[in-house]
Amino acid sequence: MKLDMNEKINVKEILNDLENYRPKRRGWVWREEVPGLKMGPFEFKNCSAPLKNSVPLPSAKYFGDIDPQPEYTITTEIASGRFEDDIRRMRMAAWHGADHIMVIRTAGQSHFDGLIEGTPQGIGGIPITRKQVRAQRKALDFIEEEVGRDINYHSYISGVAGPEIAVMFAEEGVNGAHQDPQYNVLYRNINMVRSFVDAAESKKIMTWADIAQIDGAHNANATAREAWKVMPELMVQHALNSIFSVKVGMKKSNICLSTVPPTAPPAPCLHIDLPYAVALRDLFSEYKMRAQMNTKYMESSTREATVTHVLNLLISRLTSADIQSTITPDEGRNVPWHIYNVEACDTAKQALVGMDALLDLVELKTEGYLPEKVRELKERAVLFMEEILEDGGYFKSVEDAFFVDSGSYPERNGDGIGRKINGGIGVGSIFERDEDYLAPVTAHYGYNNVAQYDEYCVDNPAELIGGGTFEEPDKIIYIDELDEMDNVNVRMEETKELREKNIVKPEVEWLGDGVVQFDLFLPVSKRVAEAAALEIGKKMGLEEVEVIHREIMHPAEGTRVQVKGKVGFSIDLDSLVIPPEPEIMSDDEIREDIENNPFKIVCATVGEDEHSVGLREIIDIKHGGIEKYGIECHYLGTSVPVEKLVDAAIETNADAILASTIISHDDIHYKNMKRIHELCVEKGIRDKIIIACGGTQVTPEIAVKQGVDAGFGRGSKGVHVATFFVKKRREMLNEN
Amino acid sequence: MKRQDDFNKRRDHLKNLSDEELKDRFWQLAEKIVEPMLELAHKNTSPSIERSVLLRMGFSSIEAQTIVKGVMDRGLMPKGAGHVVYKLALKKDIPVRDAGLKLLNGECWDEVQTLFEGGTK
Repeated sequence: MKLDMNEKINVKEILNDLENYRPKRRGWVWREEVPGLKMGPFEFKNCSAPLKNSVPLPSAKYFGDIDPQPEYTITTEIASGRFEDDIRRMRMAAWHGADHIMVIRTAGQSHFDGLIEGTPQGIGGIPITRKQVRAQRKALDFIEEEVGRDINYHSYISGVAGPEIAVMFAEEGVNGAHQDPQYNVLYRNINMVRSFVDAAESKKIMTWADIAQIDGAHNANATAREAWKVMPELMVQHALNSIFSVKVGMKKSNICLSTVPPTAPPAPCLHIDLPYAVALRDLFSEYKMRAQMNTKYMESSTREATVTHVLNLLISRLTSADIQSTITPDEGRNVPWHIYNVEACDTAKQALVGMDALLDLVELKTEGYLPEKVRELKERAVLFMEEILEDGGYFKSVEDAFFVDSGSYPERNGDGIGRKINGGIGVGSIFERDEDYLAPVTAHYGYNNVAQYDEYCVDNPAELIGGGTFEEPDKIIYIDELDEMDNVNVRMEETKELREKNIVKPEVEWLGDGVVQFDLFLPVSKRVAEAAALEIGKKMGLEEVEVIHREIMHPAEGTRVQVKGKVGFSIDLDSLVIPPEPEIMSDDEIREDIENNPFKIVCATVGEDEHSVGLREIIDIKHGGIEKYGIECHYLGTSVPVEKLVDAAIETNADAILASTIISHDDIHYKNMKRIHELCVEKGIRDKIIIACGGTQVTPEIAVKQGVDAGFGRGSKGVHVATFFVKKRREMLNEN
Repeated sequence: MKRQDDFNKRRDHLKNLSDEELKDRFWQLAEKIVEPMLELAHKNTSPSIERSVLLRMGFSSIEAQTIVKGVMDRGLMPKGAGHVVYKLALKKDIPVRDAGLKLLNGECWDEVQTLFEGGTK
């Protein structure tokens, strides 16, 4: 199967013959950095190999449509509850620069004692199952070929079934995973002894499969009451998971620290977050940094979240990152929507590329506040570990609630999370291995008496059984579905029409969910605005109307509200009248026409408008404007009264008037167009002259309704205008 | 526990360390803390570990679940669930998978108990 960029990915086909699908590779892949990369008119210092297919940033059209990709791996987290719909989002995210797709698990999976099978629908994530993982890895195998870059697929190896999940991930070619026993202990209340015993096995399996590991330390940020005070502890948590992994056999270059700048505005966040970022990179210089964005303070404003995230990206650029994770800016108000995953990827790409070669311009201070604070944080972390040992070791310190205390260590506020060594989920489920204990498999951690059967198999215990599933993938037992009602086939049957008929419904996360969002301003106070917005949504015919964001513009003058609701209808695409794309003639054809019949225009930015860039782009030869075809342009400047423009057309005996307006307050742009038309009628030249108007806020159809001959909106180029002039003149000649 | 920030007092023994020495100390402490946990993991096993062994031996998650439960009920966890299946296969001279399926069917449990002389040491 090869993807065609003009065709949707066929999820049914992905699901077909999954039983026999094998992932095409194993292990994590980093981006290939290309220092001195030349793209368009620029040279980049911190970029990686460009993509074969991608969607560049909106402004790329001003720079030759280049789409430079930063050198950091970019993460997007996708898990809407329906893995089949997530596959389409993964493809969109990949086209916007994501090469690390992280799949969040359904609520409660970490307490599920075993693997989940089939494809049940999830809540706040998806149930991670072999079928789902295999289908998504298969889809990504095709998507990565389409974009021309390897894509890492990632989920979680935690909870009480860690080792089993690790085996399944190794078998299915999963490339990255969260694994940190401290996460189980502190946030999932899983017994601490069980967590560490399981973790060693999980990490050993991950090591065999070359799976990159991300730890869970950043959760202390999100949990502690005053997140910026847990910085010393965060370094301790990172260190314990890192060194534990190394001792199990994992290579340091596969161990990634999950680090989040702890604060956000209106805190003076850089001042607090930067020393921490520097301290971490000093102490963990041999490890990888997975820079995550801050979620703790995220409210429902996507704008505010985006600004915080850009500040987080500045920290990455000022220090370093290997993986730049992104948080969707709507996470504070709903399970992320397609468009916000894409926005988050674009935010990272835009900011990182914009800050390319930043360290050629600025450097971090080596004296004063910054290095002093860095040193202090490191010392506090060392003191923290000294006290763990004095107290009697890790387990004792967890019992004594050392962790996630909101005091800046050694300060203690007595609000840490305490867990009992003989408590929690899975307590008492540890068994000491006998002398003849055996596990005849690859990547098993700890005591294993293989020699009792065959001392030649000691290094390869799986040889005892003629190879296990790691050596012989055909030995994997694949389970398709267990639940007749809760599975992907039933769900896809429900949305069949939308896939097979030529109809469309709006969508935010699931095919056919019908959700739309709209923005409004209401000149009333917040609570009144909220109630009024709900009524407006209902009157607009929406179902399940909800206010998802409100922001005070002024306590009395008004409120900004964002509302979501569902539409019950779909649109029949066959009934649509779709205007054709603007026709363009070849350069040679236009040039020949103008050479045979010279063409003269007068042009200006009209009204009280000083914007000249748009018009100059259309006319100037150096921007590929209409002068290059030999059209004679009399440019009158900016803020030109319409009367003057029409008079100039008469004086110069012009063939056409070209007027530009950016300003559109109170529809002034359309009023000006109408006035030009009327003046030409009054002065008796309307039937002899062509009038064309353009601007970023111009809709061609509305412009024509004002009486002018053509309107040119955003994205118009000289060739469009020249083509129009040539065609219109031919039409007029024919009429006469 | 509640405690005022006494950093300036506590750091006394650290303040003259170079940055390199401080970093070394950081990692030595971390290593020392995880040593007992590595030892625990070396010596012990768990239901999830044993199920993960059976998965690698070619059993499904559902099969692994049932076999490990049987192994636990009979006190054979210290031997390893994979070991139980393996030893039965050797004894009966049948493939490992067939041995596991017999256990799944509730067969041969008495036999494996005899093989391991009744369970734990």
